[in-house]
Amino acid sequence: MSMFTSNPSQQESRFYLLAAIGGLVSAIGVAAALYMEHEGHVVTGMNNQFVWGLPHVVSIFLIITASGVLNVASMGSVFGRALYKSRAPLSGLLGIAMMTGGLAVIMLDLGRADRGIVAATHVNLTSVFGWNMILYPVFYGLVAVYLWTLMERRMNPYSKAAGLATFVWRVILTSGTGSIFAFLVARQAYGTALLAPMFIVMSFAWGLAIFIPVQAGMYASSGEKLPPLVHQRMKNLLATFIAAVLYLTAVLHLANAYFAKNIAFETFILFDSEFAGMFWIGQVLVGSLLPLALLFHPATSTRTLWVNVAALLVIVGAYFHLYVFIIGGQAFPLDIFPGYDVKSSFMDGAVDHYTASLPEILLSLGGLGIAFTITLIGVRALTFLPHDDLAKLEAAGAD
Amino acid sequence: MSDQGTKLNPRRSFIAAAGAGVAGLGFTVIAPGLHLMAVGEANAATEARKVGSAASPAVRWGLLIDANKCAPGCTKCIDACHTENGVSEKLPDPRQNSQWIRKIELVDRRNGRVTQLPMMCQHCANPPCVDVCPTGASMKRADGIVLVDRHTCIGCRYCMMACPYKARSFVHTPLHDQNPEVPRGQGCVESCTLCVHRVDKGQQPACVESCPAGAMMFGDLNDPGSDIAKRIASVPTTQVRADLRLNPGVRYQGL
Repeated sequence: MSMFTSNPSQQESRFYLLAAIGGLVSAIGVAAALYMEHEGHVVTGMNNQFVWGLPHVVSIFLIITASGVLNVASMGSVFGRALYKSRAPLSGLLGIAMMTGGLAVIMLDLGRADRGIVAATHVNLTSVFGWNMILYPVFYGLVAVYLWTLMERRMNPYSKAAGLATFVWRVILTSGTGSIFAFLVARQAYGTALLAPMFIVMSFAWGLAIFIPVQAGMYASSGEKLPPLVHQRMKNLLATFIAAVLYLTAVLHLANAYFAKNIAFETFILFDSEFAGMFWIGQVLVGSLLPLALLFHPATSTRTLWVNVAALLVIVGAYFHLYVFIIGGQAFPLDIFPGYDVKSSFMDGAVDHYTASLPEILLSLGGLGIAFTITLIGVRALTFLPHDDLAKLEAAGAD
Repeated sequence: MSDQGTKLNPRRSFIAAAGAGVAGLGFTVIAPGLHLMAVGEANAATEARKVGSAASPAVRWGLLIDANKCAPGCTKCIDACHTENGVSEKLPDPRQNSQWIRKIELVDRRNGRVTQLPMMCQHCANPPCVDVCPTGASMKRADGIVLVDRHTCIGCRYCMMACPYKARSFVHTPLHDQNPEVPRGQGCVESCTLCVHRVDKGQQPACVESCPAGAMMFGDLNDPGSDIAKRIASVPTTQVRADLRLNPGVRYQGL
């Protein structure tokens, strides 16, 4: 970690270097989107079978995580945990940064991205996507007010109320994200109410998994050491969330496999497709079991480095989780005629394969670049590094 | 069956009420973007709609397809549809081409019986594509025809995810030489319109007219005196994925 510590002028150059990299990645992403808009989605790997592709995997990851990273703030403001309260501003900043990155990707991927104003002014309330026109702007507004109440001393008394409103809103928002899939009536991979709470728990795990290494990076960069107490509490919380996601994943697949009509899909996604390896190795082993082992094994659980590694593995697992869920769910044919073997010129009855094209990959990376750049500039411009009163924390029982 | 098409869908009302509840947390009043329910005189099954008059909710246009008459290898309905609607692009990845109508071959797993049939938008009375469309671009006309408003479609493809019949296509490339009566658009979603431009002139959909075996019948499902309604009343017909209770306007015979 000492490699990060440096004098102010070195810190200055490092900031500009990182900002330039983040800005460049973001700009390339926007350029890729413009290319897609000009040529049409023919230049992507998406088609009428794979309706949603890599940009949706990445943007939904960012949107889910944006909501979840705010959990750190909620622990402080809503549930009164002092350890988390000092981290609330950073959590709010990350929430805004990741939400912006996620929304940028999903909006730029639209077939008619130029019709943003149509989307904002024609709201169909039977559509979860329509709800988003309300959910997202209010999310921004609430987080902004919440940050204000945290960072402006005069407004501090209102931080609990603002924190509570933000907490409630992001639970609704992430329920909405899960419901995008839960409300699909005919696709074997989706269409279950379990997805709404499951997305909320996923957001808790992935949000904290982002927060932990970002916090570590900030401490390292400023030459300060993260108090072991903080480290210990956060890694236990992360482990709890990982286990909860794993549990809900097991319930989802077991319930699905219990229904005869869905056995073929479950066999496909868990055992007999390119997604089986991604599920067992990427999502379960790398994204869940390995991090749990690192967080609980005595040799690794007390070391910041390994907790950060565990958090990063959770992020890798999250990517596989959403890839299997979104792409795998579309690779399996719709069961339009149950009881029949089906074939047509339109991939009916056939398993399909998706490969993301370069513009899609660049657009997706652009979203990550936008989230990174906003975080970097925010951290630089305002005071987001948590400062703990350790004596007070220990006296309060390390909560 | 006939009255189901005009009843208010309880599922949709429930979701709208829930959505209004969510909206109410942040806003006082949010109005849905589009109201296309029209009130007007019923058109006779084969009459042209008068210029300036609204589509009638008393009519429910539909198709009856006799799979027994659908010949293997015949693509006349597809060719006619794509010619009529100017769907001509041939992209290197065929999965990116629009397919408003496609032929499906079915093999019954129990007895090996082979059936052919054309598949297109089923013009559901309770269309999931309309429920999920964020802007209201996906809409059901008063006479039951499910359409996409190309001016308000933002190309999010949620309707394609929601359609149980894989009946919708996304336009992946710039378009040229369009049929002026059937505007299409790059970046928008589209599907069978039941040849609404022909129906409004009192004509049959192109696919129906082109079928050499007479396997497709078009008409008003709500009119007990129409040929289609009489046939549906007299022979066993099937709604595809009837378990979903979407009440499709396209029915199949011999399935």
